[in-house]
Amino acid sequence: MKFTEDHEWLLKEDDHVIVGITEHAAEALGDLVFVELPDVGTSVSKGDEIVVIESVKAASDITAPLDGEIIEVNEQLTEKPELVNDDPLGAAWFFKMKLTDPSEIDNLMDEDAYKELIG
Amino acid sequence: MAEIIQTALYELHISLGAKMVPFAGYEMPVQYTTGVMKEHIHTRNKVGLFDVSHMGQIIIRPKNGNLSDIAASLEKLIPIDIIDLPKYQQRYGFFTNNHGGIIDDLMVSNQGDHLFLVVNAGCKKTDIEHLRENLGENCKLEVLENRSLIALQGPKAEKVLSEFSNQIINMNFMDTLKIQLQGFEVWISRSGYTGEDGFEISIPNENVNEFTEHLLNNEDVLPIGLGARDSLRLEAGLCLYGHDIDQNSSPTEAGLNWAISKKRRNNGIRCGNFLGSKRILNEISNGADIKRVGIVPTGRAPMREGVKLFKDSNDTRPIGRVTSGGFGPTVEKAISMGYLETSYTKVNTKIFAEIRGKRMEAVVTSLPFTKLNFKRSN
Repeated sequence: MKFTEDHEWLLKEDDHVIVGITEHAAEALGDLVFVELPDVGTSVSKGDEIVVIESVKAASDITAPLDGEIIEVNEQLTEKPELVNDDPLGAAWFFKMKLTDPSEIDNLMDEDAYKELIG
Repeated sequence: MAEIIQTALYELHISLGAKMVPFAGYEMPVQYTTGVMKEHIHTRNKVGLFDVSHMGQIIIRPKNGNLSDIAASLEKLIPIDIIDLPKYQQRYGFFTNNHGGIIDDLMVSNQGDHLFLVVNAGCKKTDIEHLRENLGENCKLEVLENRSLIALQGPKAEKVLSEFSNQIINMNFMDTLKIQLQGFEVWISRSGYTGEDGFEISIPNENVNEFTEHLLNNEDVLPIGLGARDSLRLEAGLCLYGHDIDQNSSPTEAGLNWAISKKRRNNGIRCGNFLGSKRILNEISNGADIKRVGIVPTGRAPMREGVKLFKDSNDTRPIGRVTSGGFGPTVEKAISMGYLETSYTKVNTKIFAEIRGKRMEAVVTSLPFTKLNFKRSN
């Protein structure tokens, strides 16, 4: 598993990656009440705001971790946003994307580096 | 910038795992380890304990000993019936300004030889200046810095508090009572800000920790932060000053005519004679151009404060705005309150909100969103 400074995790699966948010992020956001996912087939660039999430406290975004194309979204989250608080590293993945340059994932943080980042 | 103030319960909040945030000049718990959603639901089902010591507690005494004289002075600032407020009863009211807007909303009770006011933290300074400027020579103002205020809210609040004194069982909504505990006095009112039955309790600072810890020892009681306090009051359709009401909003616009006593309205025995009475009395008779309503989004996206409202999915002219909005854990959906031009305020009117550049459908509803569970006398 790899991590971004925006508290996303990426997991390689076949020819694509699965993306979600970390436990640290889910806890900081508080109870989630709304998730809006991107359309499958959308081409995204690193940093694009592609998911809207709202907690009891406020609205925020999840950005594309790298360049690529959205190939699948976790529709379950639209009906059950609370899943993000219950299982952020598992059942509550947000989307799967095919990376434009699959090697870019190697430049992201590993778990130790991420742990250091969040202290 | 003024220094941030900690309440007498600060250390206790920290020990309970609270996330502290600055609020109206105070460092307050926004949530505990339980989390906003569960804290909200716990309050509706059992009992929530809130530190509301940031709120202002003010005593007004008559120098000449005649309470009705200061009640008459205060009636010039608050358009409710204070002169005939029965002893040990509390009423909701608001300070109005010259333009018929609201300076702050508050609770006032008759304590026999004085009046007791509880005002919003964020307005405390303005309120005190307003009182000092406008009350007559006969009124002696005491701002209580030596007392804390906690709220105990929820269906089991009566049972929990009755362990301290059986007398509280006989209180109805908006009754007040002073009880003597070991070496100190607590001032109780049966009221709150959640839509549930409950109590607000004023306790000397030096005794508040022991008293609060004792309450928290009861397994039905959990500490609740400002986050859940906000969603609870939103579901209950209660206004938050600075958001749903402010210096520009009038009581009629805000749907608060019910608070203005008949005696102070046109044809009442003490009609008018308060700040902004011209606009306020006119609007009570003829209505206002805009009105506060409940708004339920058709989809799941919360419509939060500041979101603009439109009559359809294309029109560019806003017909209103959201003043409070979020998720209601008890009603299990997104809910909002806001102002709309009066012609769009009929219940079930379809409106549109603009969120992140998209028009989203919503429906106008009546308030509150949840049933109010106050203990009324029959």
